Amino acid sequence: MPDTFYLIAAVLLPFLGAMVAMMLPQSARLEAWLAGAVALLTLVMVVLGYSSMAAGRMPRVEIPWVPELGLSFVLRMDGFAAAFAMMVSGIGFLIVLYARYYMSPDDPIPRFFAFLLAFMGSMLGMVLSGNLIQLVFFWELTSLFSFLLIGYWQNVAAARDGARMALTVTAGGGLALFAGMLVLGHIVGSYDLDVVLASGDLIRNHPLYHVALVLILLGALTKSAQFPFHFWLPHAMAAPTPVSAYLHSATLVKAGIFLMARLWPVLAGTDAWFWILCPIGLITLLLGAYVAIFQHDMKSLLAYSTISHLGLITLLLSLNSDLAMVAAVFHTMNHATFKASLFMAAGIIDHETGTRDIRRLSGLNETMPFTARLALVAAAAMAGVPLLNGFISKEMFFTEALTASTMPTFMHGILPIAATIASIFAVTYSLRFIHGAFFGPATDDLPKRPHEPPQFMRVPVEVLVFTCMVVGILPAATIGPLLDVAVRSILGDATPEYSLAVWHGFNLPLVMSLLALAGGALMYRLLYRHLNAGIDGTPLLSGLDGRRAFDQVMVFLSWRFARTVERLMGTDRLQMQLRLVVCIAFLAATLTLLPHGLRAGDLRLTPVDPVVAILWAIGGACAIGAAYQAKYHRLAAVVLLGGTGLITCLTFVWFSAPDLALTQLLVEVVTAVLLLLGLRWLPRRFESAGSGDLLARFRRLRDLVIAVAAGGGLAAISYAMMTRASPEGISRQFLARAYAEGGGTNVVNVILVDFRGFDTMGEITVLGIVALTVFALLRRFRPAPESVGVPDQQQGDARDWLLVPAVTMRMLFPIIFAVAVYLLLRGHDLPGGGFAAGLMLSIGILLQYMAGGARWVEDHLRVLPLRWMSVGLLLAVGTGTAATFFGKPFLTSYFAYANLGPLGKLPLASAVIFDLGVFALVFGATVLILIALAHQSVRSQRAAPPPPPEAPARVGED
Amino acid sequence: MELALALAIGILGGSGVWLLMRPRTFQLIIGLSLLSYSVNLFIFSMGRFPIGSPPILEPGGAGDPANYADPLPQSLVLTAIVIGFATTALFLVVMMAARGLTGGDHVDGRPPR
Repeated sequence: MPDTFYLIAAVLLPFLGAMVAMMLPQSARLEAWLAGAVALLTLVMVVLGYSSMAAGRMPRVEIPWVPELGLSFVLRMDGFAAAFAMMVSGIGFLIVLYARYYMSPDDPIPRFFAFLLAFMGSMLGMVLSGNLIQLVFFWELTSLFSFLLIGYWQNVAAARDGARMALTVTAGGGLALFAGMLVLGHIVGSYDLDVVLASGDLIRNHPLYHVALVLILLGALTKSAQFPFHFWLPHAMAAPTPVSAYLHSATLVKAGIFLMARLWPVLAGTDAWFWILCPIGLITLLLGAYVAIFQHDMKSLLAYSTISHLGLITLLLSLNSDLAMVAAVFHTMNHATFKASLFMAAGIIDHETGTRDIRRLSGLNETMPFTARLALVAAAAMAGVPLLNGFISKEMFFTEALTASTMPTFMHGILPIAATIASIFAVTYSLRFIHGAFFGPATDDLPKRPHEPPQFMRVPVEVLVFTCMVVGILPAATIGPLLDVAVRSILGDATPEYSLAVWHGFNLPLVMSLLALAGGALMYRLLYRHLNAGIDGTPLLSGLDGRRAFDQVMVFLSWRFARTVERLMGTDRLQMQLRLVVCIAFLAATLTLLPHGLRAGDLRLTPVDPVVAILWAIGGACAIGAAYQAKYHRLAAVVLLGGTGLITCLTFVWFSAPDLALTQLLVEVVTAVLLLLGLRWLPRRFESAGSGDLLARFRRLRDLVIAVAAGGGLAAISYAMMTRASPEGISRQFLARAYAEGGGTNVVNVILVDFRGFDTMGEITVLGIVALTVFALLRRFRPAPESVGVPDQQQGDARDWLLVPAVTMRMLFPIIFAVAVYLLLRGHDLPGGGFAAGLMLSIGILLQYMAGGARWVEDHLRVLPLRWMSVGLLLAVGTGTAATFFGKPFLTSYFAYANLGPLGKLPLASAVIFDLGVFALVFGATVLILIALAHQSVRSQRAAPPPPPEAPARVGED
Repeated sequence: MELALALAIGILGGSGVWLLMRPRTFQLIIGLSLLSYSVNLFIFSMGRFPIGSPPILEPGGAGDPANYADPLPQSLVLTAIVIGFATTALFLVVMMAARGLTGGDHVDGRPPR
């Protein structure tokens, strides 16, 4: 399928090129070659796609992404998309060529070309999108990359501000567009562009039509810089000129036009469409042209002229007329060619003279004759001089304005007059651009001595200007076929008869054109003195400052409004946050369950075993006691917590969960010791101190109510759940396959190390990370001054008090070690396993701390926790990876039993090696935490404040 | 039996939630531990309450679900116990570091205004 290949390549190539360009070293030549080659290749792909389309096929790629939600990655090329794609890639290629000479070697060149190519890819992705969501995605990508391109000179404040403004306006509009597309997709029931384009009547008659229309137009109008969102475009001129030439002629600002034209068949044709777009287009057309006259910066003049031309296209689109649609598409193409060449000419002047200020420039015709001729022709096209492409589309515009004016409304009636006035303005600013820079007396007062640019820097301008002329003289023979395919793909069978000729006889539009040329010349003559006086600002409109309004809105939104909301709704108090979390969780559960009625199920209750009941009476009392004592009697709280833990442990034993009981017991021991180690660093707290005031009592009562509610809810849900039959889950599978496929009889262990081995691997990784975090946090631990001293209990030699237990504990170590190994080895078949064994062994170390004290252990310990941890993790990952060498999925286990004669059979599943990794990591992590915590007491005693910034132990070093 | 265990879960959970809303860091540690007991028991009770039938198979055969306790909640809880242990250790150290940095043991790092 070569068609699909062309499409995918056209979108993918620029992005790939961008990635490569990013990695190239700083040298303008290399990146430019790469970018040029990529752009040219992309153009070839687009042209190949176009030719296969011209042969009658419609290239289309569909890659399902989330088909259940109607989301597919669709690329499609019809005539309109092809025309746009050609403009994007063709002008893109010329821009790269131009930028090769324009960019200074001091600028970060790889970044420039990478962004430019990525932007080109985003534009192509957008115009070729066949899915609404995907279109919005690429749309926002163009906003993002244009932001990066406009702000390319990061050290210039104007560039940063301009970029931020462009991003805020266009990406904000993009969000509206996204919402609009969702509404549109909801109306149609599909996000596929072809389906949407086929459901015009459905969309226009839907009650949500106006919502979708306004949201989508918000996106399009912000992007295309239409009044009142036009203000970002002149500020975006802080970008390097190649960027301006690209973004503001053929690509970024035309995206809005593209979208409006793309959805024209389904959204247009209503009064709402006309009444939203026509006034906006008209104001933009007149305002842009008027303001452009009074700009002194050549690029600003072109920027406002761009705004004006975009307004013209919007106006044409708004007229709900097929012929106006043709004119709009045609003018879009023409504007791209002459505006790109004018921007490049302005860039050449800036590059060779050092300024773009029309007031300073003069008489460049002498020094830069070629550039002057090129700019003259391009500006004439912009002004609408006959025999150039701008003239033809402007004639079409006049014709349409006259046709529309036969409608009864006032809005329609003024169109011909407004069009003529706007054309007069256009002639005036075009004259100013040319006359101001190239004619008049030659001046010496320039930063650089002007001369012609390098020959190849002029080539892109020459190509574009040549296009303007050829299209202007022989429109039907040159642009005719492309325009026809483009228009047909939008209008289908409704495509009207139109004539692409230069001469239509002496008719009213021609009179209007001549009037505009004469009027513009006269106006320039009248304004000449005012313009050269060097006054900043636009007469009559000086109060209209889009930038200031934008800044004020921004300050309000991001500062005052945000602050107010934060003050009213936010809290930085953790207690309040947790309280809210608990309350919201309670409410969420209640609201979800209430409609179904939370009641007991109908399962027969099992009789209460008095032992369990007594056990839990003790366990519950312990829990409440721990909650009650945690503030003033921390030791008591730890002991009571342990009591609850032991009851939990016994519950596991009682109800057939030996593995759980074992692990819980070991965890209890280690946790209790760690908590005890932490206790001494906490401040002393006395029961008598300030607990009695009324407010505190009220707060506690409120929390008590919340806690009782939460606990009651938990109990109710548990009871409701326990009195219902458990659903048939996947447990049956685990029981059936544990021995046959996992090679172990302890199903829990087989699940952990085999069936769900990947989860376990993640879990031990978390454990390792926690241990490292603990280690890192304690490296910089600074105890509070009051806890630095040696506590009373440690005065004297503790070993004398604990002599007998200490000897016993020391002798226990080998026995504990043996038990740990036993637990590890039998884990696959009987209760035990890596977790239990690792914790068991670390308890052995822990006992040594109790017996000998931190310093003694540190002097004798030969354990390197970091090594244990890394070996453990490597073993686990290695066992998993080994399976892939046998062509099995990651972590598939192999098993066999080794007969050890009288010692019995040793299970030799590869899962045991995995379990060994778990064991090593659990042991290493626990011991690392233990050492780090225990070391603090040694350190604080050894060093009086200020404490030395040393590592807590010889833990890290090998 | 169901009622007794449901009440146990509720008491543990309620005590834990009460402690979570207290102002001192140590109370939070105890509270989190109690809450994790409660949640572990809750998950465990998904396997109901079989007595004397741990999920340890006879070698050589497939297990009949009627004869063995449900292994799935057990392995989930085993994972939860170990992760809970790691969280407690981490939180303990954060508590110590905060105490050293702020000089107090209030959860906000400073006494209430």
